[in-house]
Amino acid sequence: MVKYTQLGNATTLETPADLKPKTAPYDPRFPNQNQTRYCYTSYLDFHRCKKRHSEEYEACKYFKKVYTAMCPLAWTTNWDEQIENGNFPGDI
Amino acid sequence: MSTWNMITFQDSNSLYSDNLISFHDFIMLFIIMIISLTLFFIVDLMLNKFMNLLLLKNHMIEIIWTLIPMFILMMICYPSLKILYFIDEMFNPYFSIKAIGHQWYWSYEYPEFNNYEINCYMNNYMNKNQFRLLETDNRLIIPFKISLRLLVSSVDVIHSWTIQSLGIKVDAVPGRINQLNLFSIRPGLFFGQCSEICGINHSFMPIMLESTSYFNFINWMNNNNN
Repeated sequence: MVKYTQLGNATTLETPADLKPKTAPYDPRFPNQNQTRYCYTSYLDFHRCKKRHSEEYEACKYFKKVYTAMCPLAWTTNWDEQIENGNFPGDI
Repeated sequence: MSTWNMITFQDSNSLYSDNLISFHDFIMLFIIMIISLTLFFIVDLMLNKFMNLLLLKNHMIEIIWTLIPMFILMMICYPSLKILYFIDEMFNPYFSIKAIGHQWYWSYEYPEFNNYEINCYMNNYMNKNQFRLLETDNRLIIPFKISLRLLVSSVDVIHSWTIQSLGIKVDAVPGRINQLNLFSIRPGLFFGQCSEICGINHSFMPIMLESTSYFNFINWMNNNNN
């Protein structure tokens, strides 16, 4: 039972202290329920970063973590294939 | 889960559900008051022999019956919007799970655990000790009291992923990723069914969610990945 004045109030969640978030964090560019752009943008960001630096570069690793967390596997494998064949529509 | 002759909501297992159930009860208060008052007027007017032939206008009563519903609607809309945005809000998630709708089963991906992938088909109703049309061969397993991000998408037609006792439902739209907060406050088995007509086997793609301790979850995950 939630009181009228308490309806919709954020509650603090007690989580174990040794647990560290290991997924893509909340991104203020994508505050909505629709996260499609978050996935696509970070996929592009990773490949731009990879082109400029290398896959081992710290920032690139972060983008990779984000896009693996956000994109369905079917999408990324499809895009990877397109990049290999040179017909990926995005601007890398 | 829902059982026979259930007329109320399922037991709440998350903050969202608590809020939604309390909000529903709060609105029912007004609805029942309005319905009983209206019924009383209707019956009273039908049985009443008095008539006011000369009544053409009454500004006072017009003002009153406009203002009162206005305040009632404001009382209802304030918590309604607040809960709507509360559910939309993303708490810092610990890991993500992707739920992909297929014709006609759900598949789940755990990107932070070696991209572990499971397909969940409905079980045959062979044994009498299982829930018909609700059990799946593999379960979506999550740790409880840890906030997770659920990303819902589809590969063919629109599906809808829902667990009623957690108070969450989101459409799985092909080409779009919808996000919601997956949070369960206690361990248990929770059931849901696809909620968007998605083809001939729409009724046969249930969702079975097992919420367990973090320790058990990690053990299960390690066994899978080995």
